[in-house]
Amino acid sequence: MDRTYLPVLLLLGFVALNAVLIVALSSLVIRRRPSPVKDSPYESGIPPLGDARERFSIKFYMVAMLFIIFDIETVFLIPWGVYYRQLSCAVPMVNNVCPAGNVSFFGLGEMLVFMAILVVGFVYVWKKGALQWD
Amino acid sequence: MPNFFYELHFYLFGLFAIASALTFVTRKSPVAAALWLVSTMFSLAALYVMMDAHFIGAIQVLVYAGAIMVVFLFVVMLLNLGHPDELSDLRGKWGRLAAGLLGLAILAQVMALSRTRPEASLVQSDFDRLAELRGENAVAAIAKPLFSDHLLAFELTSVLLLVAIVGAVVIGKRRAST
Repeated sequence: MDRTYLPVLLLLGFVALNAVLIVALSSLVIRRRPSPVKDSPYESGIPPLGDARERFSIKFYMVAMLFIIFDIETVFLIPWGVYYRQLSCAVPMVNNVCPAGNVSFFGLGEMLVFMAILVVGFVYVWKKGALQWD
Repeated sequence: MPNFFYELHFYLFGLFAIASALTFVTRKSPVAAALWLVSTMFSLAALYVMMDAHFIGAIQVLVYAGAIMVVFLFVVMLLNLGHPDELSDLRGKWGRLAAGLLGLAILAQVMALSRTRPEASLVQSDFDRLAELRGENAVAAIAKPLFSDHLLAFELTSVLLLVAIVGAVVIGKRRAST
């Protein structure tokens, strides 16, 4: 465990403190004058109709599914981007610099192949109209 | 490096993951179950981090606890499950028996797998290599083998994703048109 996660802990602490502080402050400062309108789930909103547990349109599922797939594609792009300098160098780097004349297109090429295959999928999705709402 | 503090937290997160998973499978409300699954995912992410797999830990939170859970919740909404009280996915004693046997079979498989040695190329038993990996940044540790030694597997992943895209569109569009 050489890497410290203290910043993450600090962030979590700050978020929790912030949330508690906002709720506590508003409940201390507020003067309570409840009315039926104020107690409704959405003040000035549309009154709720029926049950929330209804079937949702399959269109939402399409969007969520395609989001996940392209999300996973991004997961591969991140390490590639971080490691790109080393991948574009045919020999091991010296002091974080590639020795002259050893630049290769290996890293670029492998990602282009990866992206090309996924662009086929993207074009398919587009042509099928899966990105259209209706 | 394994010291008492490390081991305590390792087992603590492991225990938390198992407890959340048990709660996950015993909840009647699918949405509550899904939220317990998020808790399992976070525990697993913590375990990955403790095993020095920082990038996998971050991705576990982003993709599993984030994106995959969204799809789970969408599926719950699509299935029109109704109120939790009316639900039981395991009906009758035969259903319970089948689920129990299946669980035992998977457990036996895990036990058998933990006794065998993984393929030599996948093992990182070499401590020098481990020290080298720790010296690099957390993402390069996974990028280096992925984009050089396992290049074919990486490129095949795009084909896998392509299949998933086509599958999602075929299933989704057929339902939408009828």
